[in-house]
Amino acid sequence: MLAPFLALTAKDLKLFFRNRRALLMTIAAPIAIGSFFGYIFGGGGASTEPSRIPVLAVDQDGSTVSREITAALTADKNLAMRTATLEQAREAVRKGKATVAFVIPKGFGADAGRAFFNGAAAKPEIGVLYDPSHGAEMGMVEGILTGHVMEAVSKEMFNGPTGRAMVKDTLAQLDTSTMPADQKTSLRELLHGLDGWNAVRDADTASGRPAPSAGLTVPYQVKTEAVTSGAGVKYNGYAHSFGGMGIQFILFMGIEVGIGLLTQRHTGVWKRLGAAPLSRGVLLGSRATSAALTSMFVLMVLFAFAGVVFGVRIAGSVAGFLGVCAAFSLMTAAWGLLIAALGKTPEATRGLAIVTTLFMVMLGGAWVPTFVFPAWLQKLTVVIPTRWAMDGLDATTWRGLGFSAAALPIVLLTGCALVFGALAVLRFRWEVDG
Amino acid sequence: MLEVTALRKSYGDIVAVDGVSLKAGRGETIGLLGPNGAGKTTTVSMIAGLLRPDSGTVLIDGRALAGDTDPAKRAIGLVPQDIGLYPEISARENLHLFGALYGMDRAQRRRAIDAALDLVGLAERGKDKVSGFSGGMMRRLNLAAALLHDPQLLLLDEPTVGVDPQSRNAIFDNLETLKQRGKTLLYTTHYMEEAERLCDRMVIIDHGKVIADDTLQGLHRLLPVANVLTVELEGAKADGLRPEDLRALPGVQSVEVDGGTLSIGIRDLAADSPGILLWLVEHGHPFSHVASERASLETVFLTLTGRSLRD
Repeated sequence: MLAPFLALTAKDLKLFFRNRRALLMTIAAPIAIGSFFGYIFGGGGASTEPSRIPVLAVDQDGSTVSREITAALTADKNLAMRTATLEQAREAVRKGKATVAFVIPKGFGADAGRAFFNGAAAKPEIGVLYDPSHGAEMGMVEGILTGHVMEAVSKEMFNGPTGRAMVKDTLAQLDTSTMPADQKTSLRELLHGLDGWNAVRDADTASGRPAPSAGLTVPYQVKTEAVTSGAGVKYNGYAHSFGGMGIQFILFMGIEVGIGLLTQRHTGVWKRLGAAPLSRGVLLGSRATSAALTSMFVLMVLFAFAGVVFGVRIAGSVAGFLGVCAAFSLMTAAWGLLIAALGKTPEATRGLAIVTTLFMVMLGGAWVPTFVFPAWLQKLTVVIPTRWAMDGLDATTWRGLGFSAAALPIVLLTGCALVFGALAVLRFRWEVDG
Repeated sequence: MLEVTALRKSYGDIVAVDGVSLKAGRGETIGLLGPNGAGKTTTVSMIAGLLRPDSGTVLIDGRALAGDTDPAKRAIGLVPQDIGLYPEISARENLHLFGALYGMDRAQRRRAIDAALDLVGLAERGKDKVSGFSGGMMRRLNLAAALLHDPQLLLLDEPTVGVDPQSRNAIFDNLETLKQRGKTLLYTTHYMEEAERLCDRMVIIDHGKVIADDTLQGLHRLLPVANVLTVELEGAKADGLRPEDLRALPGVQSVEVDGGTLSIGIRDLAADSPGILLWLVEHGHPFSHVASERASLETVFLTLTGRSLRD
């Protein structure tokens, strides 16, 4: 039985490698799409200047505070800030040329100062015009704005002319205030203290000594570090994208295996094979073996390309990486047999198989990482074999983890291969049609 | 060599094969004849072990096939109706594969491939891709692929479908050679002239049932007429001619009048036709053209079923 098995497997490999055009497409398509997605999701980490969010500011106030805010926004490395009129800002957001536009209304500086010391005072509004297709960026920009507004308003209130005038006015009005005596005393002491602090600052500035902080500042600094396979090793987006596209296109190859078997059932070749003294295990097993070998070959070529061109490295366990690739290749082969077993006609089966495969690819995180999914969906995707393949490939490539991180994906993918294969053998219609 | 008894196969309510029985001795060539959809291919598929019959038995050399891997399958060579070849690889690579499926080692395969390609006249094209072959060449290679393991019984399912006359003749020459070598052939076709040329015995099948099983001579004896004389009357008119007068003549079995054309079924062309033609002239029905046609298996089928084979 070994000789027929090897002959059939060799025949499939010969057919695969002889069809140069199909072979080229099998490899070129995932390389092209993987390169695109890899670039979009961070590229190779060499030049990682973050893309800035286009933002417009409409300053209708023209106060010290509003000018401070627009200056701070302009200096922010996450934003591409420009000033505009209200009409220009609205038009730019509508056309998608700006993600967010802030409108700082007239009197904002003074109103914000009053509201800063007095919670009961009316709070001025900063108008925010935003592009609804950029919801995630909107949240980020709002956070940045809050920080800069707090800094600008507190600086002005503690040290600026508006704040000083407000301190003097408040001290003058304090005697006639209906405030309880003990509160008056405390507030007078606070305002006198602030007045004194400003005098010290002015003297420091005049004498050339470094002046202390003029207002509230964010009380911490952020030190970021991408945790990858090693210190100084940058995240390589191509590792994920080539894994994802490899998985997608190999699953498509699995579909072709299934459709090919369904088509072959209606040909003289299938009759010839059926008339020979061959077991069903040899017939399906040889097809599964050749499909797994070609899948493995394609994965190896893709990662070799990604390694040479984009610097993708198997930073973790090489054995784990090869194990995940082999287990996924086996699963794909069994998936192809299952398609052949469950499908009725090639035409009817192809569409359904493609949709199912695309769902597996999408939910498995091959297009975009699963962490962007909602929490419930992330939990759900653990039943998708492609999720385990992606996790295994991510773990052994850019995450640089050991074999233990690949072991579970290998076991689960092999288990899927066994289940799919067993179902295929049980459900396969061996008899010819008439 | 082959004994099929009461074979039956149905698909839902449709009975494809309904109690087919036939026998083929060593060296005998049996024609399995019938129109499209008669159940010929289903019968062949059950004999080859590709289909499990609902009931009935198939014995090859006295024993039934037992499972997919039964070595007795080596006694069978199947030539499927659809081309059973991989077009993307060469003729020799195809034959190497099919030889390997029967456990032949490389040397055995090489010898068998040379012989098979030689027999079908493709020795010079062995290294060429099958996709570059003509339809007739593919049919011949399709036959060669079934011969590699030297089977005693060849199941030929319409092996000449869609080929040009030259290739058909070549295939017939190949089959006659195999017949001379003592192979048993079961040949399905709906071309009666092919069966007449090749087969020792014909099994005619229609709607899944055997309706006749005899030698060519035996089947001809079933016919009411041996020849049909076609007479075209002058002026394309049969005015005043009464068919019953013609039927009364010696040897006349049937008369059909269609406008000015008479179709007269007769037993003996040489003995009966002069008297009929003379009678027509003497009774004022001069003719412009006369033709005769020997009754064929086509006529046998028509007689037995009331339908044409190609319906």
